[in-house]
Amino acid sequence: MIVLDNIHVVFGRGTPLEKKALAGVSLTIKEGAFTTVIGSNGAGKSTLLGVLAGDVIPTEGSVRIGTSDVTKLPTAARAGRVARVFQDPLAGSCGALSIEENLALAYRRGQRRGLKLALGHQRRKLFRERIAELDLGLENRMSDRMAMLSGGQRQAVSLVMAMMASCDVLLLDEHTAALDPGMAEFVMRLTEKIVGANKLTTLMVTHSMRQALDYGDRTIMLHGGEIVLDVEGNNRRNLEVEDLIDMFRRVRGQTLDDDELLIAE
Amino acid sequence: MSQIALWGAVELGLVYAFVALGVYLAFRVLDFPDLTVDGTFPLGAAVTAVLIMAGVNPWVSAFVAMLAGALAGLVTAALNVRFKILNLLASILTMIALFSVNLRVMGRPNVALLSVDTMLTPFYGNGLRDFMVRPLFLLVLAIVALIVVWRYLESDAGLAMRATGANARMARAQGINTDRQIYLGIALSNALVALGGALFAQTNGFADVTSGVGTIVVGLAAVIIGETLFGTRRILIALIGCVVGSILYRIAIQLALSSDSLGLQASDLNLVTAVLVTFALVLPRLKRGVLSS
Repeated sequence: MIVLDNIHVVFGRGTPLEKKALAGVSLTIKEGAFTTVIGSNGAGKSTLLGVLAGDVIPTEGSVRIGTSDVTKLPTAARAGRVARVFQDPLAGSCGALSIEENLALAYRRGQRRGLKLALGHQRRKLFRERIAELDLGLENRMSDRMAMLSGGQRQAVSLVMAMMASCDVLLLDEHTAALDPGMAEFVMRLTEKIVGANKLTTLMVTHSMRQALDYGDRTIMLHGGEIVLDVEGNNRRNLEVEDLIDMFRRVRGQTLDDDELLIAE
Repeated sequence: MSQIALWGAVELGLVYAFVALGVYLAFRVLDFPDLTVDGTFPLGAAVTAVLIMAGVNPWVSAFVAMLAGALAGLVTAALNVRFKILNLLASILTMIALFSVNLRVMGRPNVALLSVDTMLTPFYGNGLRDFMVRPLFLLVLAIVALIVVWRYLESDAGLAMRATGANARMARAQGINTDRQIYLGIALSNALVALGGALFAQTNGFADVTSGVGTIVVGLAAVIIGETLFGTRRILIALIGCVVGSILYRIAIQLALSSDSLGLQASDLNLVTAVLVTFALVLPRLKRGVLSS
């Protein structure tokens, strides 16, 4: 379970550029729930993920993941609880290291790293099996550098990496936004499969309203650092993208002209 | 070039192989341009020389020199990590400070190690000429250092260090404390360089406060020559490249200086060094240019 309690985040406090990124967000996510998060640019989506990942330490409020309070823990210290796939395919893996080395890094996520060989015989076998499940033929390129893969392949490997070690929550930060439609589709199907098989508590940020409604079992909309919409169950099942846009207009009290980045389909 | 001059070049190349391994850790693994080494090389020489003159076992003195080097590295890392000073500038500050520290350690600019036992003393006079014993001894030590560094970089802990240099944000997301990796890596790097300095003092019979000038350039030259000739794909190959690169660099310098047709003299050393390093840096680009056109 994840509990965010009255989270406030202010960037550049006391400067002319002071920006309130989150203004009192409270959110409880049940164990095993798949929640999608939408909102326009600057709505606070990335900040929300940052607060959960540890990149952003809230100005006020508390964060609980599982049984422990992680509010003040930096990213590295809570990595054992949080698995993550970034929007930028280059951000979530080391381009200079090989596929199997990246998997070895993820294999010890949040654990002590000792002098044991990172790529022993058994680990190599395990990594190969996991990569083979992707069906992308990458199992024959395990010692290729990550930089040689396409964006989609990197995101697929990043998902496998996220599953190498146990976690309490999986954070997906618009992880298909940088991909071509075909690859985005593949990565989303893979995501659904992995999340379903592992019954993972998942938070997925997306720009696509279609995606937000098609995947997961709960959708929240952020605007101006606040949660303005929170639907699940039957209410959500009957919801169409048009309804979402309507709701969005209502909360904004204006048209969507300036939100070209909010994609309906 | 005479046979003795060749063995001499190999010997010096092997001394600087330790510098090259250290520079590889800082520059290539951690992506941390660390100029501290210009201070840690003479620091290692100074510490070992002073301790040997005080009657300490030469092996122990070399080990203490490594600790001193590691300490200097920790200062640079702290300036960078703790106080957010730009890495290059942080290392220059430590380097400048070490010049004074080295003078304090020795009490004078130069300490001679004549008529005292060094790590090499037991190996002299067993049939091989002295000028051959030194490089062979250094070669064994260099291989040991290479294997230790290689094994470390292939471990979980070493992989964490490589990830820190390659993609710090990703490393943190994998639970790696990147600050700690920088402390550790820069300390290891400077310990190796100080060991190089200690071996320099013991093989050459003196420690001199000015012997550190240009250490970073020589180390980098070795790394780059190695990369150009051997490639960077595998850690072991890259490390072997560092050692071989360091030896080849010294031979190239020796050839340039001893070739009468070029008319160079010993004082041209730094100019020749700069030209060689520039050449080694440009060469990979030229190669790519030729291949693509």
